[in-house]
Amino acid sequence: MSYRTPSPLQSARGLGSAKAGVEHWWIQRLTAVALLPLVIWLLLALLRMGDYEYATLIGWAAHPVNAVLLISTALALFWHSALGLQVIIEDYIGSKGLQLTLIIAVKLAHVLFAIVSILAVLKIALGAA
Amino acid sequence: MATSNHRPLSPHLRIYRLPLLAKLSITHRITGFGISLAAVLMPLVLSALAWNPSAYQCLQAQLSTWYGRLVLVLISAGLIFHTLNGLRHLVWDTGRNLAVPNAQRSGYAVILLTIVLTVGLWLYVCGYYRELL
Repeated sequence: MSYRTPSPLQSARGLGSAKAGVEHWWIQRLTAVALLPLVIWLLLALLRMGDYEYATLIGWAAHPVNAVLLISTALALFWHSALGLQVIIEDYIGSKGLQLTLIIAVKLAHVLFAIVSILAVLKIALGAA
Repeated sequence: MATSNHRPLSPHLRIYRLPLLAKLSITHRITGFGISLAAVLMPLVLSALAWNPSAYQCLQAQLSTWYGRLVLVLISAGLIFHTLNGLRHLVWDTGRNLAVPNAQRSGYAVILLTIVLTVGLWLYVCGYYRELL
């Protein structure tokens, strides 16, 4: 008979994995893989544009392929960025309260950035008033 | 956890000289942070394009100044580094190239390629290859 209360490790041992917990790591990689071609595409597209006048940019972004890729880039970029910033906050902010506050602020701001980007591309591409 | 704030840090960053791999690792984080800040430009530019042409003209004018260009050069350098080094991380995630000599070699390749691609990109923007192409 043991007089010691089981440690967290002892009580967890033998139950198998929680089947969860790798999402953060996995989505960070998934969005990274998506961003590889998207970033190269965006850089090359911006380089080939010639000038950056309003009409040039509108004409470019209104093209269906460019609009789809722009929205994909916004989604992958802001998701990847939110996950990355979360890790930085977790590593360097000691206070748990401030840590949680900053992570919530970062996540909400990123959702906002993504929505604004997507809606703007849709407006340009669909030509709605 | 009840730990004192006066315990020694390891590695002691003011005494210990970080090896190449550690320098690249922290640079990956710093460039990622920088790109996250710069990413605000995406909704800014796109919303200006969609709803406020005069605001776009203002953004375009600011980005054409010397400090605007400096910001763009820094963003492009950071983005190129983070992309190349990120590719290195993705290769590591498959279990390849993890030995220190391999990581050193790919690390030097990332530094070299970042410099070459960033300089090459801005020479292109400045019209340097116009006569060649």
